[in-house]
Amino acid sequence: MNWKKEAMNGWKPRGEVMVGDTARDAVGDYQYGFHDPENATIRFDKGLSEQVVRDISELKGEPEWMCELRVKAYKRFVEMPMPTWGNCDILEQIDFDSVIYFLRSSEGTEKDWDDVPEDIKNTFERLGIPEAEQKWLGGVTAQYESEAVYHSIRSDLEEQGVIFLDMDSGLKQHPEIVKKWFGSVVPHSDNKFSALNTAVWSGGSFIYVPKGVHVEMPVQAYFRINAKNMGQFERTLIIADEGSSIQYVEGCTAPTYSTESLHSAVVELIAMDGAKIRYSTVQNWSANVYNLVTKRGIAHKDATIEWVDGNIGSKLTMKYPSVILKGEGSHAEVISVAYAGGSQHQDTGAKVHHLAPNTTSNILSKSISKNGGRSSYRGMIQVSPKAHDCRSKVVCDALLLDPDSQSDTYPTMEVGNSSADLEHEASVSKVSGDQLFYLMSRGHNEAEAMAMIVNGFFEPFTRELPMEYAVELNRLLELEMEGAIG
Amino acid sequence: MEEEVLRIAGLHVSVDGTEIIKGLDLSISIGEIHVIMGRNGAGKSTLANVIMGHPAYEITSGTIHYRGQPLEELEVFERARAGMFLSFQYPLVIPGVQVGTFLRKSVQAVRGEKAPTAREFRKELKTHMEAMGMERSFLARYVNDGFSGGEKKRLEMLQMLLLTPQLALLDETDSGLDIDALKVVATGINSIAPEAGCLLITHYQRMLEHVKPDYVHVMIDGCIVKTGGAELAGELEERGYEWLETAG
Repeated sequence: MNWKKEAMNGWKPRGEVMVGDTARDAVGDYQYGFHDPENATIRFDKGLSEQVVRDISELKGEPEWMCELRVKAYKRFVEMPMPTWGNCDILEQIDFDSVIYFLRSSEGTEKDWDDVPEDIKNTFERLGIPEAEQKWLGGVTAQYESEAVYHSIRSDLEEQGVIFLDMDSGLKQHPEIVKKWFGSVVPHSDNKFSALNTAVWSGGSFIYVPKGVHVEMPVQAYFRINAKNMGQFERTLIIADEGSSIQYVEGCTAPTYSTESLHSAVVELIAMDGAKIRYSTVQNWSANVYNLVTKRGIAHKDATIEWVDGNIGSKLTMKYPSVILKGEGSHAEVISVAYAGGSQHQDTGAKVHHLAPNTTSNILSKSISKNGGRSSYRGMIQVSPKAHDCRSKVVCDALLLDPDSQSDTYPTMEVGNSSADLEHEASVSKVSGDQLFYLMSRGHNEAEAMAMIVNGFFEPFTRELPMEYAVELNRLLELEMEGAIG
Repeated sequence: MEEEVLRIAGLHVSVDGTEIIKGLDLSISIGEIHVIMGRNGAGKSTLANVIMGHPAYEITSGTIHYRGQPLEELEVFERARAGMFLSFQYPLVIPGVQVGTFLRKSVQAVRGEKAPTAREFRKELKTHMEAMGMERSFLARYVNDGFSGGEKKRLEMLQMLLLTPQLALLDETDSGLDIDALKVVATGINSIAPEAGCLLITHYQRMLEHVKPDYVHVMIDGCIVKTGGAELAGELEERGYEWLETAG
């Protein structure tokens, strides 16, 4: 065993933690850059090996099959090369040996907010999580480092048979459902990072919505990385049974350290016949996080899967929410925005595989680059030969806020059936001096004028978010504009 | 007792090294309506933009004072907050920003501590929109996005009324309008005129059937070559600009 059991009170941080101006200089302004003392109860040494993988599984008391799957995935991870596309220069900088793969901060997942350890509770209170739950959510999971520390679900949903658990509890309480679906949408061998996630996954959400049940209020998960060099590898599995519907919202932040963190999640969605899943993300990682996430859903007959995906922050994000339209008449919707500030690269996009006839997809991707930041749209639309009468529309809009910033587009279309109706529109625009002059002549200073233009540009995305998230996103962008104009 | 809001003395302005305004003097007081007429290219729009502080225009000599303060000290947004307003010849599209939000934020920015409460604002908005025959649905549209020429000018007038300026510069606000829209613009100008100095830039006479100017200035090649009362506009209508060009 190579983890260390550490007493809550006897623990001291190792090494220097950069705070205040030093950290700010290193990674820039970031609203959620505060960190709290690391009070780990179990903390693994840095680095990855088969033993680390087995230790995680043993520590969690998992069934044998999961342990074997982890080990198999670990071996694939070691064998597989890094992607040769995206931003190879930044990818090559990831030092897998300096990552902490597991860190337990709390002895258990609490159902009562008062039972969550004080320091962790403070963190989430500063992030506004408990208020949000009271106001507008059907259920909440709050994950801190590797595991969920708080979890709740409205009793009326529980009575209707809705399962909403953190993934570790999901595996314990519903092993048969997990075994059936885990890795069925994103196999461990899909890519190097899905292999890594499968090997060391911890936390994430597990949701099952029974047939015909409509979960009216969104359920939310909040992911927080607090420790330095932490790797967060949550795993989410959502199954919406026939004719059901659910809306899931996730938010992510991390503190501002001068060292890097790795976030590599896998999300699998299964929408059975006529079901609908909407999965909304607003991630606002600090600029030292590598964010490499695989998100994919399968839509069966007449089902709908919607990804609403907002990417702000991180050093490099590579994320392409995907939908496999497997059943006839199924529909995919991917609306994403990306904001790339200085030295950031947002490599995002969408993939839709039209495998069945009469399937439809809409992709709207909007990106903003500023202070030398780079946004890339990378997308794929695939229509299989037997999928007749499919329709797909892709719109990519990029907005450049200054001449140093960059935007590029890599669309791919593979069409195997000539009845397909595909549209692709792309535009790159700049903020014009006359637009700024117009807004400034109405009393707005340059930062306010810029924020108004940016918020307007993201509006087609923002209006799809729950109101609280939309307000928060607009406020965030306003802060970004203030920080950068002097 | 007249109160001077704008004083321009010996103004020379260049764009990309080309001189557009070549020695211009003008004084406007509260309650006065001034009209500047002239052909395209005479420098009329440049004058309006330079007063508001457009960064593309360079003042090479001369001064502009607003209420006794030299304007070079003020940024564009500070000029707006100090009570200056420019109605644009070509209002800009701001995609994704709703008219209602834009108006509320602009009123807050410009009127600052004296800005109306949310309730008062809604009331003001309703009054002005009804007076101009604007539907409520207008507020949910994006600023100038897909607007007709008349709608754009109505929105400019709505902004002017809400921002309660002491100096209003209207750059060709009357061009390309049908008679109804023209009347709306005229009503807007007449309603702020008692409390503000107004500078109307136009090359049509027809606006002056609805707005009675105190002064009409003729601008040719970057200079004001003649100043008169309302009757000068009528004379221009009859005789054109040639007699002034040869005289100047």
